[in-house]
Amino acid sequence: MDIFLNVLKVTLEEGFMYAILAMGVYITYSILDFPDLSVDGTMPLGAIITGVLIMNGVNPWLCLTIAFVLGAVAGAVTGILHVKFKIRDLLCGILTYTSLLTVNLIIVSAGTGGMSIASFFREPTIFNTAPAALVPEKIGGYSLRILIMSFVIVLIVKIIMDLYLKTKSGILLRATGDNSRFVTMLAVDSGKIKIIGLALGNGLAALSGSVIAQSRGSADPQMGVGMVVLGLASVIIGLSIFKRFSFMKTTTMVILGSIAYKACLSIALELGLPTNYLKLLMAVIFTVAIVASRISIKKGGAHVKA
Amino acid sequence: MLRLENITKKFNIGTIDESTVFDNFNFQVKKGEFVSVVGSNGSGKSTLLNLVCGTITPDCGNIIFNDKNINKLSEYKRAKFIGRVYQEPKAGTCGNLTIAENMALADNKNQFYGLSKCLSKKRVDYYKTLLEKCDLGLENRMTTKVGALSGGQRQALALVIANMSDIDLLILDEHTAALDPKSSDTVMRLTDKLVKEKGITTLMVTHNLRFAVEYGNRLVMMHEGNCVLDIAGENKQNVVVDDLLGKFYEISIEKGN
Ligand SMILES: Nc1ncnc2c1ncn2[C@@H]1O[C@H](COP(=O)(O)OP(=O)(O)OP(=O)(O)O)[C@@H](O)[C@H]1O
Ligand SMILES: [Mg+2]
Repeated sequence: MDIFLNVLKVTLEEGFMYAILAMGVYITYSILDFPDLSVDGTMPLGAIITGVLIMNGVNPWLCLTIAFVLGAVAGAVTGILHVKFKIRDLLCGILTYTSLLTVNLIIVSAGTGGMSIASFFREPTIFNTAPAALVPEKIGGYSLRILIMSFVIVLIVKIIMDLYLKTKSGILLRATGDNSRFVTMLAVDSGKIKIIGLALGNGLAALSGSVIAQSRGSADPQMGVGMVVLGLASVIIGLSIFKRFSFMKTTTMVILGSIAYKACLSIALELGLPTNYLKLLMAVIFTVAIVASRISIKKGGAHVKA
Repeated sequence: MLRLENITKKFNIGTIDESTVFDNFNFQVKKGEFVSVVGSNGSGKSTLLNLVCGTITPDCGNIIFNDKNINKLSEYKRAKFIGRVYQEPKAGTCGNLTIAENMALADNKNQFYGLSKCLSKKRVDYYKTLLEKCDLGLENRMTTKVGALSGGQRQALALVIANMSDIDLLILDEHTAALDPKSSDTVMRLTDKLVKEKGITTLMVTHNLRFAVEYGNRLVMMHEGNCVLDIAGENKQNVVVDDLLGKFYEISIEKGN
C-alpha cells in the first residue's frame, strides 16, 4: 500500500509538472499544426536558468517568469526562422534546439563556475517557501508540498490558457493553424501569429523546466532529452482517450494525458524495467498512442492529429 | 478604381516549363462595376485575381488601386479593402471554429486582435441577422463547427464573412463551382443581393455562362492572357448564353483545334 501511494504521488507530481510542457506542445502541435522540436532545448533552458539564478539568490517565483520569457524568445526564434527565412518547420526546431545545446552549456558553466550541473538543494524554491510553506512538511507521513504546489501551478496555467483561447488573439491563433488563408483575408499577418504561438508554446516548456528543476533542486542540459516525445505523447494520449467527453476542455485532456503517460512509465519501472530502457519505452508508448488514436478515428471518433 | 497596367507574368522562369500567362496586359475596373469573367481553362483568370489580391506579384507592370500603386503591398495588407471567396468551400472559413467564432473574427477585421473576449452575446444576435439573409437556417446553428456544414452552406457563410467588413472590392473565383445546381443558385443569388446592397465593386470568375449573363453589369472573356470580349451596359443586358458559346468556339477554331 505504501509503495502504491508513493508511486501514485510521484506520478501525479510529475504528471502535473510535465503537463505544463504538454500544454505548450498542444499549442504548437495541435493548434498551430507545427511540429516543433525546439522543446528539447527550451525545457532545459528554463531549468538551467532557474538553477543558476536561484544559486545567485534570485526569488524562485521571479525565476518562473524569467524562464517563461527566455523560452518564449527561443520559440520566437524558431518561428522567425520559419516565417521570415522560409526554412522548413522541422528544420527550424532542429536549428534552435542545436543552438540551445551550446547556450545551455554556457549558462550552466558560467553560472556555476565551470560545472555541468546546477545544484541548489538547500536554496529557497517555490516548494519550500511561502505559500508552499503553509502546507505542513509532512501530512500523514507523506510530504505533499510538491504535489499540492505543482497541482496549483498547473491549474493556474490551465485556467489562463482556457481564458486566452477564448480571446480574440487566442481564436486567431486557432484559426491560423486551421486555415492561414482565412487569417490573411482578415488582414492579419499569419506569420506573426505563428511566431506568437511558438513563443507561447516554448515559454510553457521552459516554465515547466523551471518547475521541474525547483522540485529536484538541480538542473542540467540532459533534462531535455525526449521532451518532444513526452509532450506529443501526452497530447495525443489525452486527446484520444478523453475526446468522447465533449464537455471536457482540451487543456484538461492534455493534463490527464500527461498523467496517463507518466503512469505508464511508473508502472513499467515498478514492474522492474531497468531505467536504461526508459527512453525506448517512451517511444513505444508514443507509437502505441498514435496507432490507437488512428484506430479510434476509423471507428468514427473525433479526429486527433498524429 | 482598379487598374492593371502593362502587366507581364511568367511562371517557372528559366526552366523548360516557362509559361507566359500575361504579356503586357491592361485591364480596368470602375467603381461599382460587377464584372463576370469567363474564359477557357488556363486563360489566366485565377492568375488575374491572384495578382489583384497580392497572392502573386507581377514580373513587370503596375497595379493601381484608388490611384495608389499597390504593387508592393503584401497580400494581408490588401485584404483590408479586399474581400475574397475561393473555389474550395474550405478556404473561406475555419472548419475547427464555430460559425459564431468565424464571424466574430471577421467582425474584428481591421482592428486589433488583443486579449479581450472574442464572442459577445449582443454581436452574436447581429451575426444571426446577417445569416438570416442566406435562408439556409444557419442562424440557428451558431455553435456548430463550420467543418460540419455542407459545401454550399460553408460557401454562403464565406460570402457573408467576406462582406462583413467594409470592403471596396470583392473577389470571387469560381465560388459556386463546387456546389450542386440548387446550392450554386442559392449562393449566386445571395452574392447578387450582397453586392447590390452595398454597391461593392466585384470581380467574379465563373464557368457558369448563365450566371455570367444573368448577373453583373459587365462581362469579360479571357483567352491566353488577353480580354477577347468586354461588354458592359446595355450590350451586356442583351447578351445571351449562345453568344458566349459562339465566341468560345470561334476562338478555338482560330487556334486550329
Ligand atoms: N503557381 C503556378 N505555377 C506555374 N504555373 C502556373 C501557376 N499558376 C498558374 N499557372 C499557369 O498559368 C496559366 C493560367 O492559369 P490560371 O490558373 O490563371 O487559369 P484559369 O483561367 O484560372 O483556369 P481555370 O479556368 O482552369 O481555373 C496556366 O497555364 C497555368 O499552368
Ligand atoms: Mg482558375
